[in-house]
Amino acid sequence: MDRNGFTMNSVLLFLISGGILGYYIREKKSFLHHLDKLTFWSVLTLLFLLGLSVGRNQTIMQNLHKLGIQALILSVSAVSGSVILSWLVYKYFFKGIKADEK
Amino acid sequence: MKSSVMILIFFTAGIFTGLILNENVLSMNMNLSSYALHFLLFLIGVSIGCDLKIFKILKKLHYKVLFVPVSVILGTMAGVAAVSFFLENLTLNDCLAVGSGFGYYSLSSIYITELRGETLGVLALLSNIVREVITLISAPVLVKYFGKLAPIASGGATSMDTTLPIITRYSGKEFVVIAVFSGTILTVLVPFMVTAFL
Repeated sequence: MDRNGFTMNSVLLFLISGGILGYYIREKKSFLHHLDKLTFWSVLTLLFLLGLSVGRNQTIMQNLHKLGIQALILSVSAVSGSVILSWLVYKYFFKGIKADEK
Repeated sequence: MKSSVMILIFFTAGIFTGLILNENVLSMNMNLSSYALHFLLFLIGVSIGCDLKIFKILKKLHYKVLFVPVSVILGTMAGVAAVSFFLENLTLNDCLAVGSGFGYYSLSSIYITELRGETLGVLALLSNIVREVITLISAPVLVKYFGKLAPIASGGATSMDTTLPIITRYSGKEFVVIAVFSGTILTVLVPFMVTAFL
């Protein structure tokens, strides 16, 4: 899942064109149910493809045992720090969002 | 939890398929990923378009939205710095540079390989891939215990594309715009921060 061919413009283009379509079909509830399922299966497909690129990358696979543990420690600590700070931000600034909207 | 297991199974199956299959068979993989990602973005666009109150929420949040990428930057730096002293052969700056990838593994690993050689480059690649995988696998658990911003924070730069579908699913559509905003800011910052530390 490299970002080759993935630019800010293409991100915006696809989001906006999808948004326009969504705006015009927003009354069709049965379609929206299928949309969630389609999204989930697309995620599974992408994860399979990410696995493919990891599996066939010899540089990664050969160094996996050496670097894997260090990488895991670094990413777990990075995620933990981010999640804890974001939890505080959520608690003090974001928690009322949904209730406010109703 | 069931969907996290599904995700893990598909990812593992991908690795084994990649190991077994011939290199030439897989050369179309990158383009396929790119198409699938664009298709996903389109689907996400559709779900935003169906529910326009998302934009009202963003307006209401105004300056608060900035706290999300800021908490990712500070949290990542603090977390990585804390463990850097226990990791052999790695300096504090090495770890900070790897952390500055914020999950954007392709770009950060290229930069780091250029500046510090292949070993740290591969470490950056692995660590940032793992950050993305952790986010995808643990999103439901993170939302449950740390609130709806947690998978956005965990995803870092990837919250604007590869982890956006899973964030949408578990944090809700109300957080899609925040996720795209935070991910975009972090993505833009990656090359600047990585080079600053090396």
